[in-house]
Amino acid sequence: MREVVQQLINGLSLGFVYALIALGYTMVYGIVKLINFAHGDILMVGAFAGYYVLGRFGVSPVTMIIAFIISMAICALLGVIIERLCYKPLRNSPKIAVLITAIGVSILLENGARVLPFMGPNPKQFPTFKNSIHIIFGYTVSTVQILVIVVSVVLMLLLTYIVKYTKMGKAMRAVSYDMKAALLMGINVDRVISFTFAIGAALGAAAGVLFASSYPQIEPYMGFMPGLKAFVAAVLGGIGSIPGAMFGGVFLGVAETLTKGFISSELADAVSFGILIIILVVKPTGLFGKNTREKV
Amino acid sequence: MAVLDIQNLGIVFGGLKAVTNFNLTLEEGELVGLIGPNGAGKTTVFNILTGVYAPTSGDIIFNNTDSKKGPRSIIKLKPHKITQLGLARTFQNIRLFKDLTVLDNIRIAFHFNVKYTALQAILRTTFFFKEEEEITEKARELLKIFNIQHKENELAKNLPYGEQRKLEITRALATNPKILLLDEPAAGMNPQETQDLMHLIKFIRDKFKLTILLIEHDMSLVMGICEKIAVLDYGHTIAIGTPAEISKDPKVIKAYLGEEVEADA
Amino acid sequence: MKNRIFNSITILGASIIMYAILAVLMYTEILDEYNGQLLTLAGIYVIISLSLNLMTGFTGQLVLGQAGFMCIGAYSSAIAIMTFHVPLFFAIIIGGVITALFGFLIGFPALRLRGDYLAITTLGFGEIVRVVMVNLKSLTGGAAGLKGVPSFSNTGNFITDDIIKFTWVFGFVVISLLIITNLMRSSHGRAIISIREDEIAANSMGVDTAYYKIFSFTIAAFIAGLGGGLYAAYFGYLNPVMFGFMNSANFVVIVVLGGLGSVTGTIIAAIGFTYAQEWMRVFQDFRMVIFGLALILVMLFWQKGIMGSKEFSIVGFARDLLAGRYSIKRIISKISKLIKKWKEKKQPDDRGVK
Repeated sequence: MREVVQQLINGLSLGFVYALIALGYTMVYGIVKLINFAHGDILMVGAFAGYYVLGRFGVSPVTMIIAFIISMAICALLGVIIERLCYKPLRNSPKIAVLITAIGVSILLENGARVLPFMGPNPKQFPTFKNSIHIIFGYTVSTVQILVIVVSVVLMLLLTYIVKYTKMGKAMRAVSYDMKAALLMGINVDRVISFTFAIGAALGAAAGVLFASSYPQIEPYMGFMPGLKAFVAAVLGGIGSIPGAMFGGVFLGVAETLTKGFISSELADAVSFGILIIILVVKPTGLFGKNTREKV
Repeated sequence: MAVLDIQNLGIVFGGLKAVTNFNLTLEEGELVGLIGPNGAGKTTVFNILTGVYAPTSGDIIFNNTDSKKGPRSIIKLKPHKITQLGLARTFQNIRLFKDLTVLDNIRIAFHFNVKYTALQAILRTTFFFKEEEEITEKARELLKIFNIQHKENELAKNLPYGEQRKLEITRALATNPKILLLDEPAAGMNPQETQDLMHLIKFIRDKFKLTILLIEHDMSLVMGICEKIAVLDYGHTIAIGTPAEISKDPKVIKAYLGEEVEADA
Repeated sequence: MKNRIFNSITILGASIIMYAILAVLMYTEILDEYNGQLLTLAGIYVIISLSLNLMTGFTGQLVLGQAGFMCIGAYSSAIAIMTFHVPLFFAIIIGGVITALFGFLIGFPALRLRGDYLAITTLGFGEIVRVVMVNLKSLTGGAAGLKGVPSFSNTGNFITDDIIKFTWVFGFVVISLLIITNLMRSSHGRAIISIREDEIAANSMGVDTAYYKIFSFTIAAFIAGLGGGLYAAYFGYLNPVMFGFMNSANFVVIVVLGGLGSVTGTIIAAIGFTYAQEWMRVFQDFRMVIFGLALILVMLFWQKGIMGSKEFSIVGFARDLLAGRYSIKRIISKISKLIKKWKEKKQPDDRGVK
């Protein structure tokens, strides 16, 4: 039992990272119905940005905050640029064309990072807090785990505030509900979409720094697997649903850690995808997804 | 014996009673109209009849007098089974196979009568060619009746609106139905086209010995050709009768025009 | 009847002529060893892309786990040969049948899931297959891979070996092509296409859409499995890494580039893709950068793919040729028409508002 709780704590911190990435997927999907395959690579860019800041200024709570802010800002900008250049021209195109564009962007980011002189293909050691262990109620929690959970919770609260209570948030919900109607109501849809990409990418960047802090080795392909997992998390929760993405991320992180701890670390990925398939077959739009019925 | 007997039909969508206690019988060869204000549940009735939705209560007995199987309940059947039994429909918002040719649209409706197997198709056996020729011939004959045979190789999406509606009816007829359900066949048509459509509906009823149930907002059409009319409002049947009876029914007038308000001085 | 014989002779004749030309080119080493092998690999890609086109182009179900099917076919065939000493031809068929079984199973979620949800389920399927192959160490050799899958032939003469390899693959390309084109040009094929066009309407026209979805997935998986088996014998070495998500994505790219629902387009795109991938090796590290960029640009400016959903018909071509419809004058007028059409197309259309 003790061990289960200990694993739950570990799973929770991984789950929060997944949840942050999943939020980016789900928000973008909710608005433009696009599986943004490049989102995982935004995470990688975010991790590299954090790497340079922390490498330049050393690791302290203050530089950590600066690292978060800079990497989130860079990625937000990158997200907007990608949206404007690659996705916006295809807004009325068949879905599969946009999907392939997203795959193209993903390939471009991953391999672009490999050839850029200051990034390169070789894994780099990510500077982070000395990973001291704290004992809380008899359970061990590391500094990085606390960092992950605190930062994630703060960002999620911030996001919830933005979506629920600001004007932009209201516009986002309107566009996601019915883009054409929102357009007719005078909402600047292009701006809302750019804003959504910016927020999603910023969350992805934060997740990148957190992920790199937990598994302190970064390289250009690092975003692929967590990206894929987070996408699974978003679908699990019901893609398009913000609470769904949070829940799905945490659920998947815990499930994966428990599998690694008690069944087999090699099968962990298969278990994650297996859970996804089972849940979708039972509930085709995910746990929190709206049941949409085609009008006949 | 009625061809179709709808008994106490009801459906609930997440607490909303879309249709309650709907009763209607269609006698062989009848042309019946189903009318009511927007959102009254007319299309929902069609969707239940064709198996798209499963009803929450009630029963539907279908008696295809052309087949020997006798009357049977169809509420638990899948849409394609119901069509195969002899109940075909058109859609309110035309649902043609847009990127296929006119001919292929019709041939797909013949599909469930095709007897050659996929293996015979892959091996191109003589039986395959024979059947395929037969289907094509039958499809062409049908197109000829509706005078669109010269457009058989055009894509369905390239037809003018009126012909798309016509093609949809033709396609439904290709399934060889006993009962035809038409969902707002005159929507988007001008008075002249509506007139033509009225003749067409009467014509196919006689030619194919059909029983027809149609939803329509155009009162001239409904009053002009239906022998019986059922009126729905908020899922309830408020009247059933001949056109003359319906047009005088106070409940119907109220549903369409609202309550008359005494103007006080 | 006369038509039928004409069609069969043309198709048979075209295949034999095509095969003969290529085999002679390889024999005389005009097509050198490298290019000959590449052509063989392209044939395998054609088979797998065709199977994906059946699922995605004709049935309209987005599948992102084609490499998973290919992986099952490859390992099944390899194990059949190496462990059970089944002759190569039957081993490939066994690979196809086992993969078909998985296609059948994946068909069931496809009944309930739409669009992106199905896409992600198939993606998950592909990943699961990969992980399972890593973990079934006793059968598959795990992450170290499965070495020493016997090749198509081992005469010691490279040219002969290459031609034999090519012959096998060419034969299976023709088989896959016949299965798909003959199926699609029949009532069963039309039933499958009607699912892509409008599932609800298809169902209302008496088409058992559930049956045909599963049917299409099964056939497609069978063909992908054949491709997998050929792949195993071609490389002689299998590793789960060869069947990752990027591999699945490549097939989606091929099918979309060729034109969804176009068999000829798929063939052209698959061959073009195989060669382009090789030629781009000169760019070394920049190869994948250029590839990513090219994908984006192609989708931005050329979405419909090479063929749209049109087909090039060898039979039609032969008929036109015999009827003398290819006089120079006609060709010129046709080209000028095409140019005119293309110019008209460049005019902005108002499809933007949907």
